[in-house]
Amino acid sequence: MQPVQRVEGRAIPFGQKNVDTDVIISAKWLKTVSREGLGAGAFESIRAQEGNIFDDPEYAGASILIAGDNFGCGSSREHAAWALDDMGIKAVIAPSFSDIFSGNAFKNGLLAIALPQDAINRLMEVARTDPITIDMESMSVTTPFQDRFVFEMDPFRHQCLIEGLDEIDLTMAKADAIKRHEMNSDSAQPWLKPVAA
Amino acid sequence: MTKAKTLYEKIWDAHVVDQRDDGTALIYIDRHLVHEVTSPQAFEGLRKAGRKVRRPDLTLAVPDHNLPTTARLDAEGNKIPIADPASAAQLEALEANAPAFGIKYIGASDINQGIVHVIGPEQGFTLPGTTMVCGDSHTAAHGALGALAFGIGTSEVEHVLATQTLQLSRSKSMEIRVEGLLCPGISPKDLILHIIGVIGTAGGTGHVIEYRGEVFEQMSIEGRLTISNMSIEAGARAGLIAPDDKTYAYLKGRPMAPKGADWDAAVAYWKTLPTDEGAIFDKSVTINAADVSPTVTWGTSPEDVVPVNGTVPAPESFADPSKQDAARKSLDYMGLESGQALRDVMVENIFIGSCTNSRIEDLRAAAAVLEGRKKADNVKWAIVVPGSGLVKAQAESEGLDRIFTDAGFEWREPGCSACLGMNPDKVPAGERCASTSNRNFVGRQGPGARTHLMSPAMAAAAAVTGRLTDVRELTR
Ligand code: SF4
Repeated sequence: MQPVQRVEGRAIPFGQKNVDTDVIISAKWLKTVSREGLGAGAFESIRAQEGNIFDDPEYAGASILIAGDNFGCGSSREHAAWALDDMGIKAVIAPSFSDIFSGNAFKNGLLAIALPQDAINRLMEVARTDPITIDMESMSVTTPFQDRFVFEMDPFRHQCLIEGLDEIDLTMAKADAIKRHEMNSDSAQPWLKPVAA
Repeated sequence: MTKAKTLYEKIWDAHVVDQRDDGTALIYIDRHLVHEVTSPQAFEGLRKAGRKVRRPDLTLAVPDHNLPTTARLDAEGNKIPIADPASAAQLEALEANAPAFGIKYIGASDINQGIVHVIGPEQGFTLPGTTMVCGDSHTAAHGALGALAFGIGTSEVEHVLATQTLQLSRSKSMEIRVEGLLCPGISPKDLILHIIGVIGTAGGTGHVIEYRGEVFEQMSIEGRLTISNMSIEAGARAGLIAPDDKTYAYLKGRPMAPKGADWDAAVAYWKTLPTDEGAIFDKSVTINAADVSPTVTWGTSPEDVVPVNGTVPAPESFADPSKQDAARKSLDYMGLESGQALRDVMVENIFIGSCTNSRIEDLRAAAAVLEGRKKADNVKWAIVVPGSGLVKAQAESEGLDRIFTDAGFEWREPGCSACLGMNPDKVPAGERCASTSNRNFVGRQGPGARTHLMSPAMAAAAAVTGRLTDVRELTR
């Protein structure tokens, strides 16, 4: 996983509440075999509308998405995080996220940053014309206009994200403990090994 | 004296590899089931990082979700190509990934193929006291044999493939105690729908449910699988039923189950698993078995249940305003009106199958209703999809296939089928389906499809009368 210290750039002031994972990426994209390429299907139903914000040239290349309450609710599909990543989004800022979505975002190195609604309102306003900056070191979101909003994050997740530690690497560092568990069960419960049918 | 523990605590404690200060633990996974939909990106991730599967011997792969349920081989024994290119690509990916990573793979035309949650117990891959995962929420089903089994996402699938462990936080424990026995003609499906109706789809959130009471002790393993399967619709992470003599009798001699001295040692261990007397659950709910009648759903959430002899509820009858709103939307989607008798609701489609109700006992129960009868004229499409090739063969040896086809049903190859609109078996928009599956969500059986969940016997009764029916009217 790539370490994430700073995300800087234009943000899409989307602002919608209760965006479910089906809106982020519809079910028909679940039949894929790669994490890549899903950006093409992201927010498909919204992009079908004339003049939608995602296709507004003003926000081309944006790396941040600003949304309303309860972002990523609905079905647990991890494709939602992959699709956002594939469309170039490195961070989503919203008043709240569904638990499953924030877990999936974390696993894929996508920042899910929760800020109070008034901060969101201000960022939405700035995003229309100017870039914003997320700094993971100081855990703050800033604008070119001296706004500074501090966010919180689970310390473990924070450390993984800034150091680019992937969960599998972290677990693999426990290889000795895993091996020990396997040796114990091999001797105490040899029947646990499935009979090769 | 050692602390009295629940079944869940015993399984959890026996699988802790490493305990972290924040309360989460690294948990060893004994069994991993893999299917075509949630695995391709996990294998892609392993490949990119140059990682191997740590324990291919603890992993079993089988296709089920996308697979069409029509014939798989032509008269010459050649594979019939799959029309949908996206499904074909996922199925091919699994077929290639399993051998590439050394995982046992049960192919589409193998007699052992079937829905992951049907074949796990059937092959003896699912065992009491084990931890088991699969990239599918209905993994909860395996709790029927006393395994701690739950669904995971693709990144977790990758994590388990690479490390055979998962970083987890402990769930709370919940006891659902059912007092008394079910009335004649009432099935496990009626009971679990009733339970979900009582506790709601959020009733089990954050908990692992243990089902307790004489009714479960008397219930077959097939029935227990139906119950535990729908723990997820009750909001729980997993369901559990204590292993007992019925469990051991069911597993003995299954292909992947322990043999000889190993078997005896295993049974001795399994006998230590049931919840100790005096163990404390975080939450406890009591249900009276005598209250359960033949049950169907009227809305688009599994908690929207009502006795089949009842009426569609009025949205205003719910205390919670958000539930009132949801009920209004449900009624609109379902094309129903409050106060309408469920028994007047006509159905055009019948689906008997899914990991909830596609085992031999389910097919027997449906066939018992259909024997010597025909589906009603207004029923346009009626299919039976056995949960596995072995269930199918068993049913055929008992002549059940003939009963179904004589009644006007199609007899299909095993798979998830019309449980979810991922393969060609779909319910047409605006039409109703009497379904033995587990989810009545908007669009679950196909865009615009209207699902009524019920037991296999009730689905068979609906086929005969062409409307939602109390099966006891036909069996009396
Ligand atoms: S039958 Fe339905 S619920 Fe069961 S595994 Fe298949 S899709 Fe999921």
